[in-house]
This record gives sequence, C-alpha cells and structure tokens, in this order.
Amino acid sequence: MSVALPTSVDEVVDLLVRNPSATLLAGGTDLMVEVNLHGRRPTDVVALNRVAELRTWSVDSSRRTVTIGSGVPYAEMETGELARLLPALAEAARTVGSPQIRAAGTLGGNLGTCSPAGDGLPVLAALEASIDVVGPNGSRQVHFADFMVGVKRNSLRPSEFVRSVTFPLNDGWQGYAKVGTRNAMVIATASVCLVRTNDHVAVALGAVGPTIIRANGAEAWLAANHRMSSPPSNDTLAEFGRLVREASRPIDDHRSTAAYRRHAVGVLAQRLLTRSYS
Amino acid sequence: MTAIGSEIYSLNVNGRELPVRDSWIGESLLFVLRERLGLPGAKGACEQGECGSCTVIIDDKAVCSCLVLAASAQGAAIRTVEGLGPDGRLSDVQQSFLDAGGVQCGFCTPGFIVAVHHLLDGNPDPSDLEIKEALSGNICRCTGYGRILDAVKQVAVSRRSGSRGDSKEGAR
Repeated sequence: MSVALPTSVDEVVDLLVRNPSATLLAGGTDLMVEVNLHGRRPTDVVALNRVAELRTWSVDSSRRTVTIGSGVPYAEMETGELARLLPALAEAARTVGSPQIRAAGTLGGNLGTCSPAGDGLPVLAALEASIDVVGPNGSRQVHFADFMVGVKRNSLRPSEFVRSVTFPLNDGWQGYAKVGTRNAMVIATASVCLVRTNDHVAVALGAVGPTIIRANGAEAWLAANHRMSSPPSNDTLAEFGRLVREASRPIDDHRSTAAYRRHAVGVLAQRLLTRSYS
Repeated sequence: MTAIGSEIYSLNVNGRELPVRDSWIGESLLFVLRERLGLPGAKGACEQGECGSCTVIIDDKAVCSCLVLAASAQGAAIRTVEGLGPDGRLSDVQQSFLDAGGVQCGFCTPGFIVAVHHLLDGNPDPSDLEIKEALSGNICRCTGYGRILDAVKQVAVSRRSGSRGDSKEGAR
C-alpha cells in the first residue's frame, strides 16, 4: 500500500492515469470506516486534502452560479456567505453527521460514494447542479442527473475525479428536510430538497430509491394546477404529497421500512412546500 | 508532492514532530496516536465517527481521529487531549468537568474535553443550544449530559470574567 499526497489537480490526474485503480481519499468519513470496520485494504491511496484548489469556492456573478470545490468541508457550507447563497445546501450540511464529521466530509466525498442517503445529493438534484469532472482528457461538465447512476455508482470514467460542483443561483425559495432516528449523528431515513421559483417547484428525494429521485410527476402537476404566488390549499398539499410518495421507490432495510420511507418523504415534501410560503 | 510507500513518516503532535515507525501505512490517526506514539488520551470506541471519543484538533478543526488516515496528516498541526493543559496540569475545561461532576466512567471524557476546548476557542459565550450542537458528535452513556453542560457553562463564565484558570492548581 502507498499513500500519495498530491498538491495540485494535475498531480492527482497524473497519479490516477498511472494507477486507475488507486483509491481517492477525501474527508475519510466513508473510506476509513471501511478500513477500520470492514477490512478494506486499498492498495494505493491518493489523499486529496492538500490540493488547495479543491478547498476553495467562488461566485460567478455574470453567470449567476456558485462553484464549490470538491474538497470544501460541509462545515463551511453551514454558515456565512455560502449559506446565504445556497440555503438548502446549508440546511443539508447542518444535518451531516456531527460537527466532527462536517469538519471533514465533503461534496466530493458524497459524490464519490454516491449513496442514495448522501445528505448533499438531493440539493444537487433539485438545484440541477453540474459536476466538473477532470481526467486525462481534460475536464467535462456532467449534470447531476447523469452523474449518479445507481446505489453507490456514478458515471466517472477511469482516472477521472470530481473537481467541483457548480450550482445555479436563483431568487426563489429553497429548503431541505431530513428524517432519521435522532436529531444529530444520523444517516437519512428519507430526505427532500425543494426549490420553488416563480413558475416551478423542483423536488428531489433522498434515501428512497437507488438514486436521488426527482418527483417529476409532482412537479408537473403543481406547475399545471397550482398558482405559485399563493400558498397551497389542503387539497393541493394532499395531491402533491401523494404524487411525491408515488415517485419514491424505497426498500426495507436495517434503517427503516419502505412503507415508512414512502410516508415520510411525502410529509417532508408537503412541509417544505408549506414552509416555502411562510 | 509526497508519496509514501515506506512506513516512516512524521506527525506534528502537540507542537512536537514525532516519527512514526513500524507502522502500516493504512493506520488511522487514532491508532497511530495510541499504539505508535504513546498518546492514549484519544479513545477508540466506535471507529466509525459516531461517538467522538477519539476527537482531536487538526489545523484548528475538531475531527474524529479514527477517520483520519494518519499518513495524510503529515504537515498538519495535531492537538490531542494531552496537549491542552499547561505543563501536564489540568486545563480549565478539565478542571471544570471534575468540579461539575461531568465525569463518571471517564471513557468519553477526553473527546468531550477536546470538543469543548474547540467550541470555546471559537465561541466564548455559547447558548445551551450551541453547546448541545457542538457536542452532538460526542456520546456519553453515564452522565445524561446535564453536568457536562454545567461544566461547559462554568468554564465559559470564568473565562469571560477574566479569571482564565487554565492552570488552576491541583484538584480539590
């Protein structure tokens, strides 16, 4: 086993070209659990914590986007300017593990692991973030919907890695909600990110399917049947919740039952829609 | 760029550069601190970042040392519970935990002490909610947390009143 400590994106690419099977180490909150508890023995590790470029974020005011480096820890998204620009991401970040985990965990790690319960991922889905993927042939932009392809599977090609995530800024409302067995230090049983603009509501569901699910049917129904300028009626909320539940594809596992997850994701989406008018 | 294949590297712990010998390169920082460097203050319990008993401060961030690949922490400033008090004496937070009865079996205590130092260094006047949130990654199965909260508030008050008792002499 070897551990490489590159300091630039180019060095990371070089290392991955030379050894496409190398394991990338971001915040360590997934990989080290596998090493400690599940006997994983990576042969070669490329640690990303010294690549300064990955730990920065910036605003492009002409394009109206925010680009966050894949190595920025969740703690930095919880407060301050990033939280003001992307409140749903801040809310999601605040639900990640504990302060210790948020000081280490990153969006890049969430994307590398690509768990359906990844707390940041519904925000990427609802805001239609774009992922800057770097590899031997330069960089390419991948829509989040095309990035996550299954349970812990993404569309990264050999020797590619995630440099940053770009979020479009909008003037609408955005929020995030999550259910787990307790308030802190919990993996999502179900999670929802909702973004409401003048003419559309985007709803992304976490931990209720093999990938993050956009509730397209619920979104289209709202766009056709709900006047966005006024709060939803009880009937509207009921139908919206039903369509959200219908979009989910949960399973029974050690964390919850499919039935509870389906119920919870509907309630969370209804709450967020109501909250978006308060 | 540094590439390490051999098993010798060094870590900066509590202001000292310490060589790590005879180790497997995949060891966690927790394991290296305890088993290679003779610093058993950080405790190993869950080894998956859920309990906080292994909390250390790396470059001013409180993290779980069980989730840090030790070799990747080269060049970083690591502070453990052993490095918080002056000259081997108790820090004000440690003394306050004793005074308030925030210690029972003691296993979680070092992690709490490190997390509280980190909290108060950044926020000298935390609300109850802020304290609870800052300590939400540290689990104690004995105290019920009430006396831990008391201990944190007592230190915060004494620090703000200027009597920063980092080096309070001895235990009562």
